[in-house]
Amino acid sequence: MPEVCDNIISTLAPCLVQSGTNPDVAQFISILLGVALIASFPLLLVIFLIWVERKIAARVQDRLGPNRVGPFGLFQNIADALKLIIKEDITPAGADRLIFNVAPVIAMLSVILIWAVVPFTPYNIGADLDIGVLYFVAISSIGTLAIMMAGWSSNNKYALLGAFRVVAQLVSYEVPMVLALLVPVMLASSMSMQDMAFAQLGMWFIVLTPVSAFIFYVSNLAETGRAPFDLIEAESELVAGYNIEYSGMKFGLFMANEFMHAFTANLLFAVIFLGAWAGPGATSVPILGFAYLMIKTAIVYVPSLILRATVPRVRIDQMMAFNWKFLVPLAIVNVIVIAFVLKLVQVLGIAPSPENASDFVANIPQMVALLLGNAVILAAAFGLIRGTVRKERLTEAARLAKRVQIEGEKEALPATVATH
Amino acid sequence: MLELNASTLVFFIFAVLSIGGALGVVMSRNLIHGALFLIVSLFGGAGLFVLLAAPFMAAVQVLVYIGAIAILIIFAVMLTRSMTNMREVFNRQWWVSAIAAVILLAVLIVGVALPVWGPNGTQGDMVLSETTATIQDLGVALVDGNQFVLPFELASLLLTAAMVGAIVIARDNE
Repeated sequence: MPEVCDNIISTLAPCLVQSGTNPDVAQFISILLGVALIASFPLLLVIFLIWVERKIAARVQDRLGPNRVGPFGLFQNIADALKLIIKEDITPAGADRLIFNVAPVIAMLSVILIWAVVPFTPYNIGADLDIGVLYFVAISSIGTLAIMMAGWSSNNKYALLGAFRVVAQLVSYEVPMVLALLVPVMLASSMSMQDMAFAQLGMWFIVLTPVSAFIFYVSNLAETGRAPFDLIEAESELVAGYNIEYSGMKFGLFMANEFMHAFTANLLFAVIFLGAWAGPGATSVPILGFAYLMIKTAIVYVPSLILRATVPRVRIDQMMAFNWKFLVPLAIVNVIVIAFVLKLVQVLGIAPSPENASDFVANIPQMVALLLGNAVILAAAFGLIRGTVRKERLTEAARLAKRVQIEGEKEALPATVATH
Repeated sequence: MLELNASTLVFFIFAVLSIGGALGVVMSRNLIHGALFLIVSLFGGAGLFVLLAAPFMAAVQVLVYIGAIAILIIFAVMLTRSMTNMREVFNRQWWVSAIAAVILLAVLIVGVALPVWGPNGTQGDMVLSETTATIQDLGVALVDGNQFVLPFELASLLLTAAMVGAIVIARDNE
């Protein structure tokens, strides 16, 4: 990696020093510019994302979507943002003023900070932390705090109830997410996002561990509050959830944050499982890497939008049962099996050596071994599900049959009972 | 001894956050505010870990203490409605915690002062360890038979037992 253009800071600071600025001041200015650049990109992107989401949802529901302001309604969200900004800034009378106003800012912060460790190209990353993955997990947990603060400070029972549900959901789904992230960390033998991108030059991790990719994707849907896990704002049950008392731009911040979080989660999926910037010519022309990353993100982001527009919401007990009785055990077994297979591959000597790690062919033996491991996990998981569901069905049938016997209504026997 | 540069400035910011947050915890009359101040204090601690070139500790501090423990405390306080409206600053056990705090402070002062100003102290010159451990070192240390594998496994066992215990206490009698 050339030292000169490692990141924006080491590029700009020497130039400023050459033109006669104090080195410390030059360093400060370039860091400030780098931070501003990385932080404002998602903020601008979100305006476009909301348009994309509304258009796709409209197409799924056989509508046109925004189409009045600007070409294809592209400027609709700018108009909406303007409207939100000029609205009156209301703080409810019983609210805890400071916490109420800080909560949207912290929510926003928890998403924007994640962008600091996203490797956009082989040479451009906000901060290539040694602990990139752990940093992401730690920052996401701050988002929970923002929701808690918003729900409590509103002094509204629906907001508080909404916050409780959300926190229960977010804390629960963090468990399978972290366990799923362990597998890519083992494969790359590093927690740095950039190392992870380089480790995927030979083979993307989604091919090596489809099970952890699936767990990460599903728990990300829940973490970002996307359907079918959108209990965060179950408007039919909780009016609006934790942000019920917010209006104007403070509500706008929460809303923009939700869209941004969904995109960021998919961006991380693309980084961790789809090889980040990897693609033909990405190492020689870095800007291509950025384009590849965005395309890959779009490939996983658009299905999540279609999913959101099509599936109904699950009940909270179903959501919790799905997490604790299926995702968490699956994630734990996945980590153990993959660790075992990885060690086996190393002992047998079919793992790609560090020299040819980026060679596709050298990765094939390891890939086959890992895929076999994944297939075993999946077969076991689906076997277990089938057994459990069958048992539930049989108990239900027995219960019905007993009731029918007592009531003597033979014609009321449902079709499910008749088949057993 | 103390020169003013960027890292000193950042140190003072985090130190103020840490101590100010801690003061807020004990002095605020509202329990939720106290819990939020605790988060500010822990965040200051995480910042100090970053300054000490221990980013792993910083991330774990944010993840475990802010993301899990502080959230759990807030959750518990909010679920007990009567506690959210508590107005007393002291309760009947204040003298127990006062003694504990004083003893802890004394131990800390002695622990910091002895290596520097004690009989065999360095007399003002700060001696920092030359080795900087990476995450790899930490990971190896936790599973190496000659280092910390036994305490690590014991701690894991304890935590698992605690988790199983919590589930047993919480589940219904069937």
